[in-house]
Amino acid sequence: MKTSLKGTLGMATAFAGLALGTGLMAGEDDNLIVNEEIEITVRAPAPEHVDAFDTIYSGWVFRSDETQALQADDFDNPAFVFVDTAIDAWNTVEGTAGKSCASCHGDAMESMAGVRAVYPKWNELAGEVRTLEMQVNGCRTEQMGAEPWKYDGTDMVNMTALISVPSRGMPVDVSFDGPEREMWEKGKELYYTRTGQLELACANCHEDHYGDMIRADHLSQGQINGFPVYRLKNAKMNSAHARFKGCIRDTRAHTFKPGSDEFVALELYVATRGNGLSVEAPSVRN
Amino acid sequence: MDLTRRDAIALGASAFALTLLPFRASAAADDAIAAFTGGADAAEGGVSLTTPEIAENGNTVPVSVDAPGAVAIAIFAAGNPTPDVVTAKFGPLAASQALSTRIRLAGTQDVVAVAQMADGSFVKASNTVKVTIGGCGG
Amino acid sequence: MAKGVKPRVKVPKSAAAGDTVTIKTLISHKMESGQRKDSDGALIPRSIINRFHVTFNGQDVIDVAIEPAVSTNPYFEFEAMIPEAGEFAFTWYDDDGSVYETSKSVAIA
Repeated sequence: MKTSLKGTLGMATAFAGLALGTGLMAGEDDNLIVNEEIEITVRAPAPEHVDAFDTIYSGWVFRSDETQALQADDFDNPAFVFVDTAIDAWNTVEGTAGKSCASCHGDAMESMAGVRAVYPKWNELAGEVRTLEMQVNGCRTEQMGAEPWKYDGTDMVNMTALISVPSRGMPVDVSFDGPEREMWEKGKELYYTRTGQLELACANCHEDHYGDMIRADHLSQGQINGFPVYRLKNAKMNSAHARFKGCIRDTRAHTFKPGSDEFVALELYVATRGNGLSVEAPSVRN
Repeated sequence: MDLTRRDAIALGASAFALTLLPFRASAAADDAIAAFTGGADAAEGGVSLTTPEIAENGNTVPVSVDAPGAVAIAIFAAGNPTPDVVTAKFGPLAASQALSTRIRLAGTQDVVAVAQMADGSFVKASNTVKVTIGGCGG
Repeated sequence: MAKGVKPRVKVPKSAAAGDTVTIKTLISHKMESGQRKDSDGALIPRSIINRFHVTFNGQDVIDVAIEPAVSTNPYFEFEAMIPEAGEFAFTWYDDDGSVYETSKSVAIA
């Protein structure tokens, strides 16, 4: 499991600066229970299509005790400030149809239960794979007659955080054997494609070196069951596509755009690598 | 910009030196603490300060202080550009003289808690917090 | 008033007279430190919550002077004594002169 990076020039250059460490995780045996109520599966048997692991781990497992603790109680979890903002947006009438999200969907805590767990998802009517963000904008433009939100803008990421809340604790269960298969294959190819001056694919870090140190950080398996996440680094909500963009930028490559077909495909593929973990969003990461 | 090999080595060396020298007590921190105590000496003990040994991100470092019988507690970050963090005054309905908050630390440094006791004396506690630079833009 | 400022407080709805209760508070605020520069190199002016004050039925619980070293979305956790039924009043003071207030009632169980 720790072989594939050795021997390439890109690797040597990259890790001269990144200092690989020993492979200890901060809280490898800890369990996460939110609000003394919602049990979160942070480790699970790897799905059959993931050859690299026996066990899949939520990114939560790799964080320090202090960061982990922030997620145990919704009051301590700073993401909920943004969820509150999204609740206001949910109830705000916008667009030519004179509707709010609530006009059709009522209470998000009931109507949205289970939604986060199955996205990205094939949309038969549109004939495409849709992320939660695409679906939200679909509602805004088609149902509300409102302007679409910026794909990874604040309004959008706060809203996807809100929509995730009632799915917490439910297993991620994203399909990939139906009409979405083509996108999934494309996402898988991207996952294993080296990019940038450092010539790193997602797999080079998140398969081959999860648990190892990357500078002063523990590398995770790159699971997205916790997205969107509140990051201590920027003190706001961050979407999966924004994280993908950051990762690809860190390989010193030109990155794809949030909302692009490439990132939709990658999100679909990466999401299925986490099938069996709990939806954990909105989570807290460093 | 033309960066010669020698420049690069010099830069690397100074960066290395910086990482080895955490911010300890600074003149600014001493002044800030003196402003709170009025220059009085603060004895060690009588106040407990809880901080992580290593903070994953300096933007949000959880800190707790507890000084039974104190009328006020001030927290200082000795290595920050401005060392003052918070000064809490406890009223008659405070059930304990304790406070938890989240603070910013500019780098590895000492966090100092100073409590003013009911008799006007001061006590203090100090912890070093290592602030790491994250991996991927963290 | 700064945009998007929203206070959140967590207080038990009831307590026994003389009980100690734990209170958690958080207010969404960017806490611009005054140390950062914008993309043109100009200093971004300081804009923070500079004071947080809590009373119960008009009596002081805690009064915190806040400096820019407190993190974005300032969080405070502390303990209060409940002598009788009444109301907590929470007040945050912004550098820009805005005052954000919220209150919570506690019944005696």
